[in-house]
Amino acid sequence: MIELRNINKTFKIAKRNAGFREAVKVFFHREYTYVNALNDVSFTINDGEMVGYIGPNGAGKSSTIKIMSGILTPDSGECLINGRTPWKDRVNHVREIGVVFGQRSQLWWDVPVADSFELLKDIYKVDSQVFKKNLDELKELLDLAQIIRTPARQLSLGQRMRCEIAAALLHSPRTLFLDEPTIGLDAVSKIAVRSFIKKINSERKTTVILTTHDMQDIEALTERILLIGKGRILLDGTLSDLQKWSFMGASAEEMVAAVYKEFKI
Amino acid sequence: MKLYLKYASVILRSLMQYKASFVMSTIGQFLVSFTAFLGVYFMFSRFHSVSGFSYCEVLLCFSVLLTSFSLAECFVRGFDTFSVIISNGEFDRIMVRPRNEILQVLASRIEFSRIGRLLQALLMFAYALPSSEVVWSFDKILTLFFMIIGGFGVFSGLFVIYASLCFFTIEGLEFLNIFTDGGREFGRYPFSVYGEGVLKFFTYIVPLALFQYYPFLYLTGRTDRVIYMLLPLIGLLFIVPCLLFWRIGVRHYKSTGS
Repeated sequence: MIELRNINKTFKIAKRNAGFREAVKVFFHREYTYVNALNDVSFTINDGEMVGYIGPNGAGKSSTIKIMSGILTPDSGECLINGRTPWKDRVNHVREIGVVFGQRSQLWWDVPVADSFELLKDIYKVDSQVFKKNLDELKELLDLAQIIRTPARQLSLGQRMRCEIAAALLHSPRTLFLDEPTIGLDAVSKIAVRSFIKKINSERKTTVILTTHDMQDIEALTERILLIGKGRILLDGTLSDLQKWSFMGASAEEMVAAVYKEFKI
Repeated sequence: MKLYLKYASVILRSLMQYKASFVMSTIGQFLVSFTAFLGVYFMFSRFHSVSGFSYCEVLLCFSVLLTSFSLAECFVRGFDTFSVIISNGEFDRIMVRPRNEILQVLASRIEFSRIGRLLQALLMFAYALPSSEVVWSFDKILTLFFMIIGGFGVFSGLFVIYASLCFFTIEGLEFLNIFTDGGREFGRYPFSVYGEGVLKFFTYIVPLALFQYYPFLYLTGRTDRVIYMLLPLIGLLFIVPCLLFWRIGVRHYKSTGS
């Protein structure tokens, strides 16, 4: 169960105009602007749900994910995940979640993937039998057997992403956060990743929260959509709710574009 | 602790992928501190004592400092490259793992190449210990031990402060190296050599003298006050405010955009 209530987060950003003179001026007197990354964000996600979290770049998706995973502390508001506040009880909280950042790796660059997995087993204190069971299952589902002996730096992006997802699931988390898991993948890998996420959600009843820019991810995976723009939740509904902002027969991509336009985000 | 060893083994395994680089940087580390040793040597070939300290005494002082510094560097250096950990987003990773952040930062950057410097320090010890005129009674050995532990603590504390500042500035602040690397260079000679002001500064503000100068006086028999022997342990308390500062820093962590 994930509950967010009135979460606010502002970032202080230093501003200056281009040019050397301005750079010198800033040295003595700095002007800041405050950006409301998150503005009164509230939502509830039940156990076992799969939710697509969408919005344009800079809307606050990653910030929300980072707050829910205990990385950032919000300025105000409440967040309860499985009964815990992430930033207050970080260690116990993160034991029950898995996080995949599409643009960042959690594998150790120079050692074979299997070694990374072993280290993760110790970090999360996973029981040996559970670990073996999970690993065998993931190896089969994600087709890892061939690549698990290769150092992470020599994997292709698609192979690496499969390993990343496996790495996030070794400790059987109850909740899985995926931040752009399909970014930069080819069609085959995308489909493989999608079907795997779907399987995990239906078989293990893992709650999945997924941010993406790829509307096909959303179409293929999620019933429920949360739309965020300029730090506010604008819509909480299904794909067909998006439909009404657009013309009939529009693709998901076109619908979202229409919605962005409608809300001026 | 077990986890720390696991991390160490992964890092060693990565190192083995770049053998040549590892060997070269270890030798490099050795040579760098060797030049510092030569500096002391040539100095004393001209002058026979500095502020009443003899060659062997200075050498002893230097080797204590270098040992504690290289130990701190070996194990706590993770904090020195902390600005990199923050700016490449690695700290996000660390935060989503169910272990203490400090342990993870430390374990993710164990610098085995610093063994070169440690080797140098041990060599100097081997040379300075028998040739100094210290009578090695039990309390003297204990003092020496305290000095190294205390030094390790204070240098570690400095590295932690250095790292915590990254939470506010994202980039590291080079001026703090005055205290770490600078402390190492200054600390070749007992701090009293530099005059009253410097000594006071290194006693009350950045307590480097607590493990270097005062117990050293006791070690060489210049004073009988037992409190001087215990001062390095008090210097260890320096780490407490450093860790508090770190806590505040983590709360302020902004992450970097992705």
